[in-house]
Formats: sequence, C-alpha cells, structure tokens
Amino acid sequence: MASLTPLLVTSGLKRHFGGVKAVDGVDFTLHEGEIRAIIGPNGAGKTTFVSLLSGRTEASGGTIRFAGEDVTRLPAYKRVQRGIAYTFQITNIYQTKSVADNVRMAVQGRMQRVGMPAFDFEAETAAALAAVGLSDRAETIAGELAYGHQRLLEIAMGLALQPKLLILDEPTQGLSDAEIENFLSLVRTIAKRATVLLIEHNMAVVMALADRISVLTRGQLLAEGTPSEIRDNAAVQEAYLGA
Amino acid sequence: MTKSAYRNNLFLTGVVLVLLFFLQFVLPDYHVLMGTRMMVLAVFALGFNALLGYVGLLSLGHAMFFAAGLYGAGLTVYHFGWSLPAAFGFAVLASALLALVIGAVVLRTIRVSFMIVTLMFAQVAYLMVLYFAEWTNGQEGLSLPLSARAVHLFGATLDLSSAITRYNLAFGLLALCLMLLFAYLASARGRVATAIRDNEGRTEMLGFNVFAGKLEMFVLSGAMSGAAGAAYALLFGYIGSTFASFQYSIEALLFTLLGGAGTLLGPLLGVLLMVAMIDKLSELTSAYLLVIGVVLIVVILWFPKGILGTIRERWAPWLL
Amino acid sequence: MALGPYLFLATLEGLVQAAVLCITAAGLSLVFGVMRVVNVAHGEFVMLGAVIAWFAASLVTGHPAIGFAVALVISPVIVGAIAFASERLILKRLDYNPEATIVATIGLLYILQQTVLIVYGPDARPVDPPFYYTIRFPWFGYSSYKLFVIAAAIVIMGAIWFVLQKTKAGLIMRAAQFDRETAQAFGIPVDRVSAFVFAAGAGLAALAGVLVVPIQQAHYLMGADPLLLSFIVVIIGGLGSMSGTVVAAILIGLSDGILSVMFSPTLAKMVSTLLVALVLVFRPNGLFGKAAR
Repeated sequence: MASLTPLLVTSGLKRHFGGVKAVDGVDFTLHEGEIRAIIGPNGAGKTTFVSLLSGRTEASGGTIRFAGEDVTRLPAYKRVQRGIAYTFQITNIYQTKSVADNVRMAVQGRMQRVGMPAFDFEAETAAALAAVGLSDRAETIAGELAYGHQRLLEIAMGLALQPKLLILDEPTQGLSDAEIENFLSLVRTIAKRATVLLIEHNMAVVMALADRISVLTRGQLLAEGTPSEIRDNAAVQEAYLGA
Repeated sequence: MTKSAYRNNLFLTGVVLVLLFFLQFVLPDYHVLMGTRMMVLAVFALGFNALLGYVGLLSLGHAMFFAAGLYGAGLTVYHFGWSLPAAFGFAVLASALLALVIGAVVLRTIRVSFMIVTLMFAQVAYLMVLYFAEWTNGQEGLSLPLSARAVHLFGATLDLSSAITRYNLAFGLLALCLMLLFAYLASARGRVATAIRDNEGRTEMLGFNVFAGKLEMFVLSGAMSGAAGAAYALLFGYIGSTFASFQYSIEALLFTLLGGAGTLLGPLLGVLLMVAMIDKLSELTSAYLLVIGVVLIVVILWFPKGILGTIRERWAPWLL
Repeated sequence: MALGPYLFLATLEGLVQAAVLCITAAGLSLVFGVMRVVNVAHGEFVMLGAVIAWFAASLVTGHPAIGFAVALVISPVIVGAIAFASERLILKRLDYNPEATIVATIGLLYILQQTVLIVYGPDARPVDPPFYYTIRFPWFGYSSYKLFVIAAAIVIMGAIWFVLQKTKAGLIMRAAQFDRETAQAFGIPVDRVSAFVFAAGAGLAALAGVLVVPIQQAHYLMGADPLLLSFIVVIIGGLGSMSGTVVAAILIGLSDGILSVMFSPTLAKMVSTLLVALVLVFRPNGLFGKAAR
C-alpha cells in the first residue's frame, strides 16, 4: 500500500463557522484500496470534514488533493465527476421516483462523467440494485421503502457512480443487526473496486471493517492507526471512550 | 419515462393538437379570435411551467420575458420596418439572451428570495418600458402599421388580417413548443431537470451541474415566453406596457397552477378555463380581475397540484 | 427659489414620505419577522385604510377632524379584522409554507383590490386634512398637516418599540421571531400569535393609509407603490430590526424625495428597484437569507 501514490491528501484543512473551528488544520492521507474509518465524539467535526472532501462545504483554509490534483476550489459536482461519491448521513434519495429511477440517475451521472456513448443503462442499473439486494423492489417508489432499504438504495446510488472514493456518513445508523451483517459484506465487496471512507459510531462495525482508523476530536486529528493500535491508544481512550 | 408512458403522452398530446386544429372549422369568428389568443397565452404559460413545473422554480417576473418578445418584435417592426419573420427571430433571441443574463443573476437565490428578486427585475423591466416612452409610447402603446399585417416568406404571402391565418400560426407555434418541451423532458437533460426539482442536493452529489441545469431551463423558459410575446405583438398588431406588468406575471402563474404545474398540457388547460372565465366575467363587471384572486386562493388551498396534477395523482400516473 | 430653501423643501417632503413609509414597512417587517410570510397584499391594506378613511370622512358630518379621528380608530380595526380572518382562513391552512403563502397573498391582493373597485369605484377621491393651518417659513408656506404626519410616525414608531421591548406581547413576538419551534416548545401559542401579528401588521398599514390620504387621495390602485417601497425598505434595513427599518425608511424616503425632484420619478424607482434586487442576490445573508434556511 505504501508504494502507491496517495488517493487523497489534505493539508492544514480548516473550516470555521464564525468563531467555531469545526475542522481545524487536519493533515490527512488516504491510500487507494483502503477501508478507512473516522471516529470521534459528537461534534468532533467528522461530518464537516467529509463535507469538505466532497465539496458540500467550502474550506476556510488548507488544501485537498485528490488523485494528484488540487480539488480544494472545485464545486461538489466536479469532484463527483472526478470520482468522489458521498452518501448522506440522513437518507437523501428521490422520494417520489422509483427505486430503479433513483439508481438510473446515478448511472446517468456516471455516464456523463466517463462520456461513454454506448452504455448499457439498464444493465448498470440492475447490477447496482443486485449488489445491494434491492432487485425485487426496483419498481417500488423510493419513499415507500423501509428505512433500512432506503439506506441500501443510497449505497446502490453510490455504487452506480463507480467512484474511486466512496464516502459513507454513518451508514449503519438505524439499521438492525441483521441489516448490519449484510452491510459489512457489502462494504467489503465495494472495497475491492473503490477506496472507502466511513464515519461510524458503531465500534463493532469499525473494528470489523476498517484497515485503519483516524480519530478526530475538536476538529483536529488526534490519532491514526490500525484498529488494534487505536484500541490500545491511551489518548484516544481518554478523549473518546472516556468522554 | 417508461416506453408505455412515453407512448401515452405522445398520443394524448397528439389528440389535443388535432382537436385544436379542427376547432377552427367549427368555431364562430369571435371564438376563433379568442382561441388564437388562448394558444399564444398557452405558449407563455408553457414557458412558465417549464421552469416551475420541471425544475421547481417559481418566478414572479415572467412578464419581463413576454414583454421582451413583445417589444423585441414590435419595436423592430414599428421603428425599423423589419420583416415579420426577422422580427420574430430577433425577439426570441433577445428574450433568450435576457433570460441568460437575468438567470445567471437570480439563480443564485432560492425559494422566497428567488420569487421576490424575479418580481423586482420584472418591475424594473416594466418601469423601463414606461421610461423609454419615446420608443414604446408607454401605457398607451403602439399599433403596428398596416404594412406589418402580412408575412412574406419563401415567395408566399400570409395575410394577418385573416382570423384563420392567425389561428393557424398560433396553433403552429403552440404545437412546436409542446413538441419541443416534450422532447426535452423525455431526454436525458429533462431527467436531470426533474431530478433537480425533486432533490437538488442529491442531484449535485451525483455529479450534475445543478446551476447549469437550472440556467438551461431558465433560458428555454424565457425564450418560450418571449416567443409568445412576439407572436402576440405580430398577430394582434399592438404592443403596450400592460403586457410587462405584474398582472401578466401572475396570469402565467395562475394558468399553470390551475391546469397543474409540472404537467405538459396543464398550462393549456389553465389558459382555456381562465381566459374563458375572464371573458364571460368582463361582460358582467369591470372588477373581473377578482376571479384571479379567487382562483389563486382556491387552487392553492384545495388543489395545489392543479387539475391535471390531481388527475395524475389519482388516475394517470404516467402523465408527463 | 434658491438652492438652500429648495433642498429644505425637498427634505421636508422626503421626511413626510419617510414617515408614512416607516409605518407601512414596520408592519411588513413585523409580519415577515414573526411569521416568515412575505405579504404581497400589504399595499392593499394601506389602500383599504385610505378608502375607509374616505368613507369615514364622507359619513361623519361636521369638522373634518372628527371624521379623521374616527378613521384613525376604525380603519386599523376593520383592516386588522380582515387580516385576522384571512390569516385564519388561508395562511394558517397553508401551514405558513413560504411559497404557498406568497401565492395566496397575491390572490388576496386581487380580491381586496377588486372588491374595493366594486364597492368604491374607480375614482381617486380626496379627503380633507383635519386642519388647514399653514406654517410660514421665510421662503414658502408648508402644510402643518404634513408636519403632523411626521410627528405621528415618531409616536407610532415609539409605541411599536415600547410594545416589542417592554411588554409581554412583545416578548412573545420576539421569541416567535427568534425561533418558532423553540417558542412553541416553551408553550408560546405561536399559532395564535401569528393571527394577531398579521392583524397588527395590516393595522399599521391601514394607519399609514389614513395618514397619507389627505395628502394623496384614495384610489383602488394606490397599494402598488407602498408595497414596492416597503419591500425595498425591509430588504435594505435588514429583517426583524425595527431600527434598521426606520433608518432605511428615512434613507429611502429622503433619497426618493430628492431624486424624484432631480430625475424623473420613474427613473428613480427603476434604479432603486434594480439596486435592491442586486442587494438581495449578492447579500443572501441579509434578511431573506434567514428565511430560506
């Protein structure tokens, strides 16, 4: 892994809201093929941090480089076109469209990115739906799906974009244990093709999935390491588990 | 859109157009004139609905684009003696350009601000018409010269004093605009537009340039409204500041809401009903605009989806 | 007339306009601040106030001051009642959805305006001022009534300030303005507050209409200008800030008065509308930015 050029590098990344330093000078490196988890107590700036990466929030300072290119000032949609996909913390789908139509929009998004003229729309859609196990609900109106299925649809849309980096913001929130099991194997499949960055509260999920973990507190990077290193890190225990 | 929905919509639109075409043979003269007016206004409402119904942007200033077309065509004919096709083409281009410039500014705002800002820009346009009275003759307006009552195109001459000719020209414009919008909505770009309407944030995070998508529809909408204005000026031979006023912006909104925002044929239906209603009522009282207020409130309270929108919800989910 | 006195006159005229504008805009600002409703029918409430003043003046015999005094009382009450009813019957049922309420108040605009056209007719009719005394300056005479309008505006704005800052009703309104949900959670009947606020806003507009009618005549289409100008004032002054509203009203009233003397009024209106539209676009964190959260 170390031999590869990093997929994503942030240096001195900052976001201030008035006097509040939500993200305060983060130097962060992500390598291709990793599954990386970001953990930290509530209000540590995790969501703001990934919003900066995806371009939904503008940086107050610092830089973001993605696949060797400075993307700090790029609008969100251009970053998506370069391969950064983001799934929302609160499910954000087209409520009134069918499940398949939701995924079709994502496929179309990818199509305009790669600009392939002869593109099997339906096959791509079906593949993404099959990957998350929603094939039999393709014609259901998305808003009528159960919550767990809506989360899966959200991920299917991320998949259909075929991103280089998939950012998952608290993907298991509100899922049942069985659904979480299913989700774990899903992320492992995704990780074969894409780098995964996830914010997660459920430590069991984090420990089971992540190659490496980054700990964020008060907008700053506190520690970084393998799951076992993080588990044994005294500072992390104090700041996060002890808090 | 599925194939069967596509076919249904195409069929329905076709039937409506065929009906409109044959109406000219059965309607009495007065109603032919009214039908002509309705179809031109329907083009205006169609343009308005392109924006409200399919990207979800409620403009309160669309009279400025109607007026841009009206004056773009009327003034070039009146002052420079342009031929009607040239004036029409210029007017459509001018309103598209105006929409591009205004859109680039107002699309930075959303929701309530968007409504207020479009209203204010339209007010500026209205005041401009009054201020440059030397050219526009302000409130009183201008009647186009008799020489502008005929179109010479490809060796043929169309006599605009003939009610039937005017009816068919208006019909042609409406048919063209309906087909254009239909094709647009059925295309990949149309899907992006409705995606923006349904969920802007999601659409951006799928890699679509939301601003560009909105601007594209804004320009299409402005150009269509402008085409309606130009047709109005040339077909009826009169231009005046009323057409730039707040009331015209509201009428476009009213037609669209009544017929059903986000339905292809809704604006046409709204125009038919409202213009007929206003026409009947104006025989009874000078306060016939009362009906605008009543219908607006009734629709917004009880039929927020409009007539065709309600039909789609209950019976015909395929309706575009 | 030399330039000095000329400017003095223009300033006086501007202040009179600012005074009326202040009251009108305060009503609009109050309604938007507390209810987040952009009331497009606000100008019609001014018009209704003026028309009711005309009815009062023509029905009450005797000295014009009596009719005027009657109008000062009944106009805001009647208009407030109409607004109260519209709020209950229409705005509340729309759940104060910002876009829907704009459309509804546009509907209300036409209903009020056209009803007045039926009842009152298309003519512009004058109303006698309550007193005629003319103040003699060295260069010109000036209607004491216009100075009274300025004084009345100061008193009314003082009263608004007092109500908002020093009374329980004001506290409730400010709480609802600050955060609707939280206010509701603290047991403030936000819903009922809305109806009273809408009525109060309309009442202020009606008051402005009564004050302006001896200067301007009552006409069923007179609502358009006050609406546009109060929008401008509220946008420039910043939302919810009464002091901002006052400052902006004086600024707009004065500049409009002076600009209209130097340029054509149409041009002055055109330029100021354009500038304010641009303010709204490029300073989205101004008043309407909060609304669109």
